[in-house]
Amino acid sequence: MDGSDASTEFAQHSLEDTYDGPPDQRTGARHGIYPDLSHDEVERFNFLAQMNRHLATRVAPMVETAWNARIEPRFEAEHGRKPMDRTEARRALLTDPVFQTWSALRRMTMEQRQEAGRWAAVRQSEALAAKAASLSAPDRLTLDPTVAVPRYVAAVDHHCMPGSYHTELFPGDVSGPASYDSGIHVTVGGRGGPYNDGIGRTMAEWIQETYPHFKPSRILDLGTTTGHNLLPMARAFPEAKVIGIDIGVPVLRYGAARVESLGVGNVRFLQADATNLSQFEDGSFDLVMTTMFLHELSLTSMDAIFREAKRVLAPGGLMLNMEQPAYAGMPPFEQAIRDWDAHYNNEPFWTTLHSLDLDDHFVAAGFERDKLVKKVFTVPAGPAGQTKIGMVFVGAEK
Amino acid sequence: MSIANALLHSADKPAGKRPYFLDPEVERVMAVSMAVAQELAVARQRIDTLERLLEAKGLVPRAELDTFAPSPEQYAERALWSQEYINRILRIVQQEGQAAEASAKGDLPISDVTREIS
Repeated sequence: MDGSDASTEFAQHSLEDTYDGPPDQRTGARHGIYPDLSHDEVERFNFLAQMNRHLATRVAPMVETAWNARIEPRFEAEHGRKPMDRTEARRALLTDPVFQTWSALRRMTMEQRQEAGRWAAVRQSEALAAKAASLSAPDRLTLDPTVAVPRYVAAVDHHCMPGSYHTELFPGDVSGPASYDSGIHVTVGGRGGPYNDGIGRTMAEWIQETYPHFKPSRILDLGTTTGHNLLPMARAFPEAKVIGIDIGVPVLRYGAARVESLGVGNVRFLQADATNLSQFEDGSFDLVMTTMFLHELSLTSMDAIFREAKRVLAPGGLMLNMEQPAYAGMPPFEQAIRDWDAHYNNEPFWTTLHSLDLDDHFVAAGFERDKLVKKVFTVPAGPAGQTKIGMVFVGAEK
Repeated sequence: MSIANALLHSADKPAGKRPYFLDPEVERVMAVSMAVAQELAVARQRIDTLERLLEAKGLVPRAELDTFAPSPEQYAERALWSQEYINRILRIVQQEGQAAEASAKGDLPISDVTREIS
């Protein structure tokens, strides 16, 4: 081999070109209310993002291998049949050391992610609260102290996030959402883009492509948290009046400061429970949206929210929700793996939601069956090039 | 105030009981080990940052780190540090070893001594 040519060739294929893991957390976009992160705080997030990549790409396939090689065969030997549902599959998985180790590491990585984010956010919580206050603008944020934290939010902190979306360590505190915002990197590995708004951008683009004549002038985002996915919609429809609601005060306060620092003018945040939108008259909105929201509800609240969405939508309006796919038609093993978060990552409504036929619930809320909307997005999964369902848009036109 | 709050609250438990996948004793040790592994990775990245800054400022080329060979005096100093370090982190092994001999010589639980001298 000619040494000089080889080195030229090597230079053309640098590590930067071939690296396909999570990006540096520092490449995430900063904004006016973003917490200051030290070198080591960033590297903690980077390490945890690599842990999640390792668990997903190296360890999870071994769970499937163990399933095929011994877990399902053992179940079959004992029962004379294959596992018939995800509960039987999960109980069989729980007896296997590979699943146990994968699960223990997955849970720990989430717990470490929460600790890492909270350390960085809480140590500067007073400075962050002062920044949030300085970034407040008239009419940007309206709080309503009569809004109660629902049982389905209070009983279990979703995705193991201590204090969830609603707890303040002191009046004006935004450390919870600061940890949430900076640490999302660990879970999504940069796939949401620098502003962690990939779902919102995809939803806005899909609406513009699918309904080229639809120009919503009044947009409502339910369970908006910090408004990550609402901003792309506000930018896509700059003439629209855009409102994000949530029951959590800290997330709204953080979201309002974030929007202010990013200079998006057409967004307001309200503290409100989406099951009761009585402050809005019938037909007040053209678009009601949710992103990764439905699985954090309860059955009765979800049905109430669909009814309220139907009521506040104007004729010709659209309700669109981004979620993970329903389990129907998936093999028990895949269902059990997708259901991991329900049992082990504090997502108590996850199983129920993904077991439902949401179409029936939209119809029960008053939407017409022939106006239901569904769009499935697939993602590549596995070396064989097979695809899996990544996310689903479900909803209805009115 | 903020640091005090961070020490109090950064490791708060989320609402909802924690599931265990292994024997709790094993999972507890594993959780501590993974946190230590995380901090080792963070320290390694910090050293890497330091090396790259030293090189960028023309102070220490990184290649010199890999070809560095300590003098016999320096090696002895470093080797003794390693021995001290191992001694420290394996303290429990030493103490459990010493316990065998101490028990044979009549080493008592504190409660027995308390009863004896009260």
